[in-house]
Amino acid sequence: MTEINDQQTARRVIADAAAGERKFHSIVPNESVASNALTLVIAIMAFLASITLGAVTLVSDTARGWQSDISREVTIQIRPIDGVDMQQALDAAQKIAARREGVDSVTVVDEETTARLLEPWLGAGLDLNELPVPRLLKVRLDGAVHLDFIALRSELSANVPGASLDDHRVWLDRLVTMASATIIGGFAIFLMMMASTVLTVVFATRGAMAGNKNVIEVLHFVGAEQGYIAGQFQKHFLILGLKGSLAGGMLAIICFIVVGAWASSNVADPAADQVAALFGTFSVGLGGYVGVLILIFVIALLTALTSRLTVFRHVGTLDRSAEHE
Amino acid sequence: MIRFDNVGVRYGMGEEVLKDLTFEIDKGSFQFLTGPSGAGKTSLLRLFFMSLKPTRGLINIFGHDSSTITKNELPSLRRRIGIVFQDFRLLNHLTLYENVALPLRVRGVEELSYRRDVIDLLEWVGLDKRIDAFPEVLSGGEQQRAAVARALIGQPEVLLADEPTGNLDPKLAQRLLRLFVELNRSGTSVVIATHDLGLMDQYDARRFVLNEGRMQIYD
Ligand SMILES: Nc1ncnc2c1ncn2[C@@H]1O[C@H](COP(=O)(O)OP(=O)(O)OP(=O)(O)O)[C@@H](O)[C@H]1O
Ligand SMILES: [Mg+2]
Repeated sequence: MTEINDQQTARRVIADAAAGERKFHSIVPNESVASNALTLVIAIMAFLASITLGAVTLVSDTARGWQSDISREVTIQIRPIDGVDMQQALDAAQKIAARREGVDSVTVVDEETTARLLEPWLGAGLDLNELPVPRLLKVRLDGAVHLDFIALRSELSANVPGASLDDHRVWLDRLVTMASATIIGGFAIFLMMMASTVLTVVFATRGAMAGNKNVIEVLHFVGAEQGYIAGQFQKHFLILGLKGSLAGGMLAIICFIVVGAWASSNVADPAADQVAALFGTFSVGLGGYVGVLILIFVIALLTALTSRLTVFRHVGTLDRSAEHE
Repeated sequence: MIRFDNVGVRYGMGEEVLKDLTFEIDKGSFQFLTGPSGAGKTSLLRLFFMSLKPTRGLINIFGHDSSTITKNELPSLRRRIGIVFQDFRLLNHLTLYENVALPLRVRGVEELSYRRDVIDLLEWVGLDKRIDAFPEVLSGGEQQRAAVARALIGQPEVLLADEPTGNLDPKLAQRLLRLFVELNRSGTSVVIATHDLGLMDQYDARRFVLNEGRMQIYD
């Protein structure tokens, strides 16, 4: 039985020798438990870092959105005064505002809309003419030219009784403060997340490399150049890191897409309405996706680089004076 | 080829393990290195192999002062030396064939150009039937022979073997010794560290005897 096997082996060897190149095993051991664990750790860290990145870009985009939406619009309010024709006052205010430089358009919020706005408080079937309800004009600004608020305000109060200009300054100031606090906070969280990702990846890679010390030593002792050894490990760990970070990053991107789709498909849903009011469309912008892709490559490179440095460090300890052993 | 001048080695802050070694190994020479366990045979081979630096004294290897050899020169000098480690140091994830071919593979030599040599060498040490086996499934003696084959594949100028017959039966040991002698006749210097008096009696060669850190030479 064994003899037959031996003969087969011998025959195969001869056949092999005649055939082309043999398929070599990789110099770096392939499927070790340590490297599977490393891939998993990298995948998890890449996922968490990507989610953080997505959330931070979402929040900062939204905060910037609030800022620009609000600063692009001011409101003129006209309080009803006895003996003054409201329609005339509205027309006058519209004319005055529209003449101003920096104003894009002025629209009167019509009776119907005003009634709808007040409906929750005053009930349906409201006749605005019977009630002293203030009316609004929406002034859209043309962001390029600065509107002189003070001049507009004084011209309005001089010519239209009961008119006042609300430039949302107070709101805007608060929002700007809040938005920048949110952005800074998000960025700080992202930096901490990145730092822990870097540390985890570095330590996990070192852990996976620990089992390879013997391989490094043998390669060194059979006369391999340091750069050759480092190159072998670097290649191996780059692929490993790429596998892990691609899995984690792609999973995060899928999450972004799913959540974005859910938010935009449920516009009718009051819960989703709330979310949309706060976060716009709840979709991670292009910056978020690009960031995740960059993150994937940075993590993979980091893994490769750590393995390279580990090789250099270990080789450095191999040929030493006996006194240092 | 390799010259020692007043070489001493001390591990850490301990006593000197090797003291005042002064000798020369000539091109094409053959010597046994012997002495009790812990006498410093492995340490001495590591000095030859430049994986240990002496605490004092001068070592000259292939015309280079060992203390001035840089990291970058080391691999090319080391390729001129073949070494069989006492603990073999085969890579368990590579087949025997790949282990033996490793010194040439890391030099970037084309595989087809050495395949015949690797197979011949494995045949020589009686392992031609285990060519695709992994070291872990081999017996100690088989691993030892594979380690010998790996040391020889690069056609070194010096062969250092640490207890190369420690796991072999007398017949195989004798066969391996014949291989070393033949290698020596073709011009390679050979240093064999061994406890095995029977082995040394089979071949008349220079003997380095280490005892308590000092060396006596019997020509
Ligand atoms: N890396 C080391 N650190 C500290 N001491 C060491 C180290 N290597 C060897 N020694 C000590 O140096 C002495 C010589 O060891 P060496 O391994 O050279 O002996 P040896 O002659 O090869 O022994 P054996 O026949 O058992 O293989 C021993 O006392 C050993 O404990
Ligand atoms: Mg020893």
